[in-house]
Formats: sequence, C-alpha cells, structure tokens
Amino acid sequence: MRRAHALVVMLLLLAAWASFAYLALDFGQLFSAEAGAQMVKYVVSFFPPDLSADYLAQTWRGTLETIAISAIGTLLAAVLGLLLALPASGRFGVVPRVIARLILNFLRSIPELVWAALMVFAAGLGPFAGTLALAWHTTGVIGRLFAETLENAPPEPAQALRVSGSRPALAFLYGTMPGVVPQLVAYSLYRWEINIRMAAILGFVGAGGLGQMLYMSLSLFQQPQAMTIILAMLALVALVDAASAWLRQHLVD
Amino acid sequence: MRALNGVNLDVGAGERVAVIGPSGAGKTTLLRLIATALRPTSGALNVLGGDPWRLDRGGLRRLRACIGMVHQAPPIPPRQRVVTAVLAGRLGRWPFWKGLSSLIYPVDIAGARAMLARMQIADKLFERCDRLSGGQLQRVGVARVLYQQPDLILTDEPVSAVDPALSDHVIGELNREAIARGVTLVASLHAVDLALHWFPRIVGVKAGEIAFDLPPVRITDDMLRDLYASESTVVPTQAGEPLSMPAPGIRRKPLCS
Amino acid sequence: MRSEAAIIPLRDPAALPRLGLTLLIVVLLWPGFTLAEFDLGVLFDPRNREIMGKFLGTFFPLELSADFLRLLLKSTLETLAIATAGMTIAMAVALPLSFMVTRSLSISRIGPGPGRWSGRAARVPPRFTLMFFRSIPEILWALLFVRAVGLGPAAGVLAIGITYGGMLGKVYSEIFESGDTRPAVALLETGSGRLAAFGYGMWPVALPEIVSYTVYRWECAVRASVIMGFVGAGGLGQQMELSMRMLSGGEVSTILLVFLLLVVLADTVSALLRKVTA
Repeated sequence: MRRAHALVVMLLLLAAWASFAYLALDFGQLFSAEAGAQMVKYVVSFFPPDLSADYLAQTWRGTLETIAISAIGTLLAAVLGLLLALPASGRFGVVPRVIARLILNFLRSIPELVWAALMVFAAGLGPFAGTLALAWHTTGVIGRLFAETLENAPPEPAQALRVSGSRPALAFLYGTMPGVVPQLVAYSLYRWEINIRMAAILGFVGAGGLGQMLYMSLSLFQQPQAMTIILAMLALVALVDAASAWLRQHLVD
Repeated sequence: MRALNGVNLDVGAGERVAVIGPSGAGKTTLLRLIATALRPTSGALNVLGGDPWRLDRGGLRRLRACIGMVHQAPPIPPRQRVVTAVLAGRLGRWPFWKGLSSLIYPVDIAGARAMLARMQIADKLFERCDRLSGGQLQRVGVARVLYQQPDLILTDEPVSAVDPALSDHVIGELNREAIARGVTLVASLHAVDLALHWFPRIVGVKAGEIAFDLPPVRITDDMLRDLYASESTVVPTQAGEPLSMPAPGIRRKPLCS
Repeated sequence: MRSEAAIIPLRDPAALPRLGLTLLIVVLLWPGFTLAEFDLGVLFDPRNREIMGKFLGTFFPLELSADFLRLLLKSTLETLAIATAGMTIAMAVALPLSFMVTRSLSISRIGPGPGRWSGRAARVPPRFTLMFFRSIPEILWALLFVRAVGLGPAAGVLAIGITYGGMLGKVYSEIFESGDTRPAVALLETGSGRLAAFGYGMWPVALPEIVSYTVYRWECAVRASVIMGFVGAGGLGQQMELSMRMLSGGEVSTILLVFLLLVVLADTVSALLRKVTA
C-alpha cells in the first residue's frame, strides 16, 4: 500500500475510535441480555397487525393522502422548476442565470425531511406542509435538470422563427418547447415515483400521510396499528415499482 | 477569412433572381445577410426600403415578418405536426393570443391545407414532421413561407432533397407566387437547369465574390463550367444528368413567363 | 366554366384525445388538492404578501449568540461522530454479510461437485438480511431504536449501522464479484480456505473501491444523521427539533445554515479522501 493510503487508513481508524469515545456510548448496557429481551418483546408486540375494517379504511385514506401529497408536490415543482429554469438556462442574461441557479441549488441542498420539518414549523402539521416540502426540494432538482435540457436544445427552430418576425416568447413555444417537452414530462413522472416514497416518510415529522399515522401510532404504543401502516407502505412502494415498470414498457414510442 | 467579399447586388422590387455557385461559395451567407439573420461586418445593407440594423426591436421584427426564408434543412422540431409548422409562418403577423391559441387548436387549418396542396402534400396535414421524408419536409418548409405571404422570398437550396419532377413544380410554384403577388424572389439553387429554366436573372457566386450577373441567354457553358470548376467537372443539375448544352453559338430562348 | 368544389373544413384529429386526457388529469388531480389540504386560493390571495412576510419573519433574524453557537458546535461534532461511528458499525455488518453473499468466493460454484444448490440456498439468508436492512427507511429504524434504547445518539448510531450496513453490503458484494476474481478463484482451486482466498486474493484488489465507496456513503450518513435527529437520535437534527418546539425561528435558521455548511464540508472531505485513495 502506498504511504498516502496507509496514512488515510490510520486517520480513518482514528476518526472511528474518536467518534465512539466522544459519544461515550454504553454498549454494555445496549447489548445486555435485559435490553435484548426488551427488544424482542417490542418486536413481538407488532404482530399480528390490526386488520379491522375500520383501521384499514383509515389506512386507505392515509395512502390516498400520501399519493396526493406526492402528486401535487411534484406538479408544483414541475411548474416552478420550469419557471426558474428559463432564467437558469441563460435565456435572459448572466445575472438572472446566476441568481436562478443559486435559488435552485439552495432548494436542492435542503433534504426533503428537513424541508418538511421547516414547513410544519411554519405552516402547521398536516399534508399541506408535506406538499410544500416536496415542492420546494423537487423544484431545485427538476429546475436544474430542466435548465440543462433547455441549454442543450437546438436553437435553430426558434432562431428561424424570430428571423421571420415572431416574438421571442412564441418562437420559444413553437421552436424550442416541442423538442424538450417529452424529456420534461418523463423526468417529472420519474420524480413523482421517487416522491411517493418520500411522501410516505415525511409524515414522521408531522407532514401528513402514512408517515404521520405511523409516527402517531408508535408514539401511542399502538404497535399492531403501526404494523398495518408499515405493510401499507411496503405495498404502496411495490405497486409503484410495478406500475412504473409497466408504463415504461408500454410508452416507449 | 471572408465569406463574402466586395459584393454589390441590387435587386428591385418584384424581381426574380437565382443565385448559383459551388458549395462554400457564400450563397447561404448572402441570403442570411438579406434575411437579417446575419450582420454585415462592413458595407451597407438596404432591405425593403431601409437599413434593417438601424431599426429598433419592434421595427426589425415587423421588417422580418415581411421576409420569408426557406432553409435547406427546415428548422422544425421533429415532433411538431405539419399543420403547426406551416401556421408558424404567420407568427410575425398574429397577435400574441392568436399564436398561443393556435398551439391548443390550429386556427387556420384550411389555410395551411391550401399551401400544402400547392406543394402536393396536403395529405400530410396532421402528420408529425419526423415521419416525413427529407423531400417532404423541405416542401413543408416552402409551404410555411408561402403561408407567411412575405414581400421578399428567400430560398436556400429549397429542393435539394426533392425528386426532379416535383422540384420543378416547387420552383415553379415559388415563381408563380412571386409573379402573382408582385413580390421579390431570391433563390439560391444547386441545380443549374432549374435556375436557367425559371429565372430571368442569374447571379453566379464563387469564392465569396460575384462571378456574373446576367440573364440566362447571355450565360455560356464556359462561364458555368468555370463557376463550378473547383467542385466538379460537370455542372450540377437536379436529375444529375448533364446540362443540355445547346451547340455553341445558339442562344438560349428567354423565358416567357 | 369551372365549378369550385365545396371546401370541407377539416378538424384536428388530435384535439379530442388531447381534451380527453386533459380532463382525465384534472379529474384525478382535483381531489388531490383537497386531500393534500392545498388551498389553490392561497396562491391568489391578495393578503399573500402579508402571509409571506409573516412566514419569512419567523425565520429572521438569525440567532448568533456565542452560547448558542457553542451549543451548535457540540451538536455538529455529535452529528459527525454519529455518522462516523455508524459507518464503522455498518462496515462491521456489511463485510461478513457481503462475504457470505459473494458468488465469486463460492467453492461450490467452481467446477463439478456437490453443493451447488445448497451453496445457492446458503446465500439467500444473508442476501435477504441485507435487503431487509436496506428497505426500511432509515428514519423508521431511528424511530424504532429511539423507542428501544432511548433518546440520544445511540439510536442514531445503530440506525445508521443497520441501514448503511445493508447498503454497503450489497455494493461490497458487487465490488467483489466485478473485480478481478482470478487470484481468488485460483487460490480456491488449489484448495485454500475461503477466508484465505479472500484475504490474499480478493481484498487487495477490492480495497481501493471499497474505501472510495464507503467514504462517499459517509457523506450521505452525515446528512442522514441530521435527519434522524428529528426523531430524537441526537446531533444537529435533535437540536433543530428542540428549537422548533420552543418556537425560536431564528435558532432554526442558524442551524439550517450550519447544516448547509456541514454538508459542504463533508462533501469536500469526502472528495479529498477519495482522491487520495484513488
């Protein structure tokens, strides 16, 4: 191994040891027989899940709420993202480009869950906070991609229209947009798929949907109900995976 | 390296001029200058009554709406439908809302169809442009400019991918349009036979300069061969067959439009 | 005399399907707005400026007192420690599991002989374990561990250990299988034990990639540690949650800023380490 390698590995080992020391974790207590037994008891209490008609209805509503959060959030993000992508692609000059890119980077850098906590803090508990959180974060992601797509779009169609007297906005809509719309739609749908999974989790900090139901039931020590929700989450993810695979096969035209 | 050097060209209103010459001679540059797609680095330009580069944005836009350019490779987004591509010709003249609403539902299907019928592809009205052949797409580009109804029609090798019989029809249509509406037509053509047949004035461009500016009767085979010497030993025609050269001394008949 | 044929106005064939699709989307999305409790009127509310002002006002001015910043420094170090300790446990979990899962170390796959099916079967439990660890979102693991071992960094360390253990395990096994497996296979063929084949044949080849990927994942673990803090697993996240509960918007903004800086720092360190070990 090279000298640099060895040095780095030693540094990493040191960092690992330092971390454990700093945290002063009492692993003895964590892994004691008593703690183990408690954990087992805790896990067992999750079974069997609560499958009563009433609770299943509640879970179903939670699932719909989760899907709605992801759909509306992604839709907002697509619109906002496109609006920000126009300056971010350099269409209006250098200064708007820099500002737009800064905004998009800021939105992107804050993880969805942090956004969710912030939105719950600012707008209150519930799905509205979750929708906003997904919207902000996804705008950053989608806006950047849209900007790159716009930058790479061939300029000739719009240029030709402007040379025949068209207004710049219409030249853009007739000349550039038709080329980029398929990509924009495809990427928005892809992000929606990711956001469904995210929407389920955002509820942990109070942003609605299945996540919020799960957090509540765990806080109230209602493990069987929590298990139902976990199963619903897994079913939702599996369904979305299957649906998107099917769509991908059938829409390749 | 200059694309054009010392070009002095005067085209009057209503004239029909063909520009011929080998590739890289500067024909496209010349057309783009007239279309105000390019700014001249030196010299004076006067299009439709004025210097376009002295106009303000609105004025330039209005001027451009009166100039129609047919490109060799039509700059149309692949997935766009023919009807939308043709109607886009009048975007310079339509108010903003009309241009916007035409995206949702084409505002003048009959008008677009009429232009496509003149190009003999009316049946492709609602087809996607990426499903057309090269020649069909070029004809859509011509239809767009016909729909625009400009005062100055410029074409840059508009039938290079169209088969010989149809290309003769297309150039004929452009000429008939110019004569009927009394507008100016400047057409750069690769096929010399089409130029000689349809246009009363031929400008030969070679290496960025004007080699000759004459009516067809005064053009000799030697001038043509000389013009294309850098490119090939034969003068290009639409069907690829040798240009039917009359015996030296016999003059070409003038076109009785 | 020529007679003009009647001009039949043509209809756009794409108009009806487009309209249908648009209506369908609207019909599907409309209840979505209600479910998401998204009031479209909010967008057009003339009082919006006032609402926006109030919204932003909660987050400004930033809290920059020396005491608070000291507290934040502690929280940041705690987050870094949680991420690093968690990754260490993740490696400890991932290495043996990936070792068991790697097909290139499978003796039963070399040449004819018994055990091919049982070899395959034996790989299923560790593979399933890794998948199970990965599939459950890390914040759920954090929540469960907080219930099991109490509030604080211990829950975070364990949650990262398990989730990232699953992630690393999968990637490690892919690295083992995709690298140059001939030295290891050669050793196995000459009868050496699997551990020895691994140690001498595979490890030296795979090590740079393993380190690179682990360091790359460490950066994600830093972010995850902050997020887990929201459910009580220590670090900056828990601090932010506290500030929110105390309705101190200024503190929240400062922590957010520190978080962004931390992410940039982790990104830089990670890139540097990967460059050095490349």
